[in-house]
Amino acid sequence: MVGMWLFLLTEVMFFGGLFLAYTIYRTIYPQGFLYGSHLLNVPLGGTNTVVLIVSSLTMAMAVYYSQKGDRKKLIGFLTVTLLLGLAFLVIKYFEYSSKINDHLFPAVGFYAPVTDGPHGVPLELQQPVRVFLWIYFLMTGLHAVHMIVGAGILITLILMAWKGKFTKNYNSPVEISGLYWHFVDIVWIFLFPLLYLTGFHVGSGGH
Amino acid sequence: MVMTLLTVYVAQFDLEGMFKDTPVIKSFSGVLNALVALTIAVIKATAVILIFMHVRWSSRLTQVIVVASVFWLLIMLSFTISDYVTRGGWPTGLGEY
Repeated sequence: MVGMWLFLLTEVMFFGGLFLAYTIYRTIYPQGFLYGSHLLNVPLGGTNTVVLIVSSLTMAMAVYYSQKGDRKKLIGFLTVTLLLGLAFLVIKYFEYSSKINDHLFPAVGFYAPVTDGPHGVPLELQQPVRVFLWIYFLMTGLHAVHMIVGAGILITLILMAWKGKFTKNYNSPVEISGLYWHFVDIVWIFLFPLLYLTGFHVGSGGH
Repeated sequence: MVMTLLTVYVAQFDLEGMFKDTPVIKSFSGVLNALVALTIAVIKATAVILIFMHVRWSSRLTQVIVVASVFWLLIMLSFTISDYVTRGGWPTGLGEY
């Protein structure tokens, strides 16, 4: 248990460094970040946030039922959590693919965001917007990797619970996996307002 | 089941976060919006940590570890930002000493 908390502390440091980079670059390029944030899809991001918060709830319920020794409900809630996590990843997939299609992904053909059109970026803002997109993909990508790992953990838990390995006295794997899942949720809770809601009040329909 | 109600309440905060950002007055050159959104995020995270992660009912060692991670974040953020701020030409001068 303490081991998992120490691991989460290292994860805090991991993501913390990226949040620091975000803070510095946002202060240096406020306009670019405002612009870049408009390129993101707020409704999809908001849906993902709700999905994750609910999945944290179902995870907590799963831990609760593992403590009660109720195998059926435990498997049920673990499955729901897994499905919600996969839903999050699917929505992320749609977000990423639309970005890649618009040549906004840091890869070949990236260094040509157009000056006009619906995703047009004024010339002097192009470098700051690139910085924003780099940070966006880095942070959400790292977060998505953590989600995939979490999904793998959940699958393992479901299999173990199916084989009846968890009792009232032995449910540590479920508890510590719950800690991990909640942590990943917390990271997203901070990611969402910082990345998506930066320019929300300026009127996202204006561009 | 109090947990369930609490979560629904917390989930509402998310939508609230989105709405609060629309008509908020642009004071302090736009910083207020980020501040409100971040405050809501901190409240949500605290609720998740304390209740879902059972930190409220954990051993003192666990609580120390959680506080230590927050403390570490504060140190990293404040020291780095103060370094950048005291460089000449802030905020447009990047990397200038």
